[in-house]
Amino acid sequence: MDLNRRLFLGAATAAATLTAPMLRAQDRPKVVVIGGGAGGATAAHYIAKDSEGAIDVTLVEPSRTYHTCFFSNLYLGGFVPAESLGHSYGKLAGMGVNVVHDWAVGVDRDAKTVTLAGGGQLPYDKLIISPGIDFVEGSVPGWSLATQTMMPHAYKGGTQAELLKAQIAAMPEGGTYAMVAPPNPYRCPPGPYERISMVAHHLTQSNPTAKILIVDPKEKFSKQGLFEEGWAKHYGGMIDRIGPDFGGDVVEVRPGEMEIVIDGEVEKVDVANVIPAMKAGRIAELAGLTNDAGWAPVTPDTMQSREDADIHVLGDASQQGDMPKSGFSANSQAKVAAMAVRGELTGSKVFPARYSNTCWSLIATDDGVKVGASYQPTDDKISKVDGFISQTGEDAALRKATYEESLGWYQGITSDMFG
Amino acid sequence: MARRSPTLASFALVLAAGAAIAAEDIGDADRGAELFYDCAGCHEVGAGAVNRVGPHLNGIFGRRAGAIEGYPYSKAMARAGADGMEWHLDTLDAYLENPKALVSRTRMNFDGLPEAQDRADMLAYLRIFSANPRDIPEAEPTARADLPDLDPAILAIEGDPEYGEYLSSECTTCHQRDGGDGGIPGIILWPAEDFVVAMHAYKQKKRPHPVMQMMAARLSDEEIAALAAYFATLNP
Repeated sequence: MDLNRRLFLGAATAAATLTAPMLRAQDRPKVVVIGGGAGGATAAHYIAKDSEGAIDVTLVEPSRTYHTCFFSNLYLGGFVPAESLGHSYGKLAGMGVNVVHDWAVGVDRDAKTVTLAGGGQLPYDKLIISPGIDFVEGSVPGWSLATQTMMPHAYKGGTQAELLKAQIAAMPEGGTYAMVAPPNPYRCPPGPYERISMVAHHLTQSNPTAKILIVDPKEKFSKQGLFEEGWAKHYGGMIDRIGPDFGGDVVEVRPGEMEIVIDGEVEKVDVANVIPAMKAGRIAELAGLTNDAGWAPVTPDTMQSREDADIHVLGDASQQGDMPKSGFSANSQAKVAAMAVRGELTGSKVFPARYSNTCWSLIATDDGVKVGASYQPTDDKISKVDGFISQTGEDAALRKATYEESLGWYQGITSDMFG
Repeated sequence: MARRSPTLASFALVLAAGAAIAAEDIGDADRGAELFYDCAGCHEVGAGAVNRVGPHLNGIFGRRAGAIEGYPYSKAMARAGADGMEWHLDTLDAYLENPKALVSRTRMNFDGLPEAQDRADMLAYLRIFSANPRDIPEAEPTARADLPDLDPAILAIEGDPEYGEYLSSECTTCHQRDGGDGGIPGIILWPAEDFVVAMHAYKQKKRPHPVMQMMAARLSDEEIAALAAYFATLNP
């Protein structure tokens, strides 16, 4: 691979302003960020913005247009168009970030280099890894990545969500959409249940006799009271959930036959949305940063890997304590890590870490709910300080305001990520 | 005072009669004074009124948009003024009905008054403060239930904008640095005192919003002052 050419192209939109910094790039400390999502893009943005050229920042992300996973449920429900979820890295490149569109396939922690699929190597002084999630093979017997077009997970942004939406649109009248829900811990705790709401919203309009089946290995789930209240109110009779008490934790799928076997009982379905168990994105494992559970433990005050102080792991891939795996959490963690990295590399002031998270979910038109908390580092983990959750029985005006707030949040976080 | 329900057509008629239109020809100013309570968190009106989060509203009738010197208008409002927009019954009515429909990137975080009668009454009230300056009456003091109990020493704290910049990264996940809003208000360029008062109102749970109450709960007095100092000068 012609790495230099790619690096140059990535920064080409900033060619004029970059000329001077590029000349002295050899002298500047180097930060490599793997993954251009809520954690990685935010970290690259903040390091570039706040170091004012003193740090050489390279962002490695395969996609030229990044599709957020958050809000993809609203796309399934028909509330936002697919293209509104796509974001480019042009503004970050304009701020001096070298954007390299490639896969990171290895980390040599002794030599402090990242190997790219194209063959190039990127040296680093500090490495930030924010790769999101991958799926645990065999966690749903019968399902593998090879069958993900027949039984999509749609749990990463982009084409999978479009595929799932097309399959739902093609369901026969009165057909069945089934979801195999993931076990804890997983990305976006309310996500599967917001998705159920959005699919129900869609089907109520296009296919009102259709059925929705949730096969769930968990006894309870995020915002359960709020979702169940909303489902009864808006989609009465359409949604059935099989929890572990009825075999929801003993499930196998047959993609070729479009069958789901629940504790020995065979269900024929028309759409099977299989969301398997999750683990840290593969590069975290390749770098030797993950534990037996598949996640990368980090220190609570800086998000540094417990295995390597020169590597910070952000977002879904990290195991940090009480924060949920969400885009908001990753964005919050990225700012703490960015500050810590700048402090170590340039001596800039480091303030005490603090974290927060809010997850909004849409249940039906103008019926939004939220849950959130603030967090701080304690000795062994990131610990919850305070929190709140929407209440059942809230009036329609408040639910509408909550939904509108979530639209504002989407604008806010995406400009905080991508500049 | 008799209620009237003017339409835009009747506005146009009275406009044609000149700028001398009186408050009682517009609507019920007493009712407008009550409605103004929702505006008073950001706007002052009456003798001695000054700019706060929003500009003061004395003499609004006949004033060019974006024209008060020293007030940091949004680019959109400044442009509207430069394009020649003036505040008269028709433009004020349109702005109050849906601020972002008239000035799409205004920083005014207000959804609008859909009822024509509400707008007429509000404008009748504001009309009183657009008389000859020496005739502008004192406005009734509006006792706001959501104001916090604040030691003057807290208001006097000099915030550290550098610390505020760091702390601000917790705010900018939702509140955009460029002041843009859509469901979540912009918070840049507020006078520091208004920012401090608002944050303490959340901290004391006098303003209702669970996210903001939680965020404010763990901010110290110094941290609130630091954020106020930072956002007051953030001008993209």
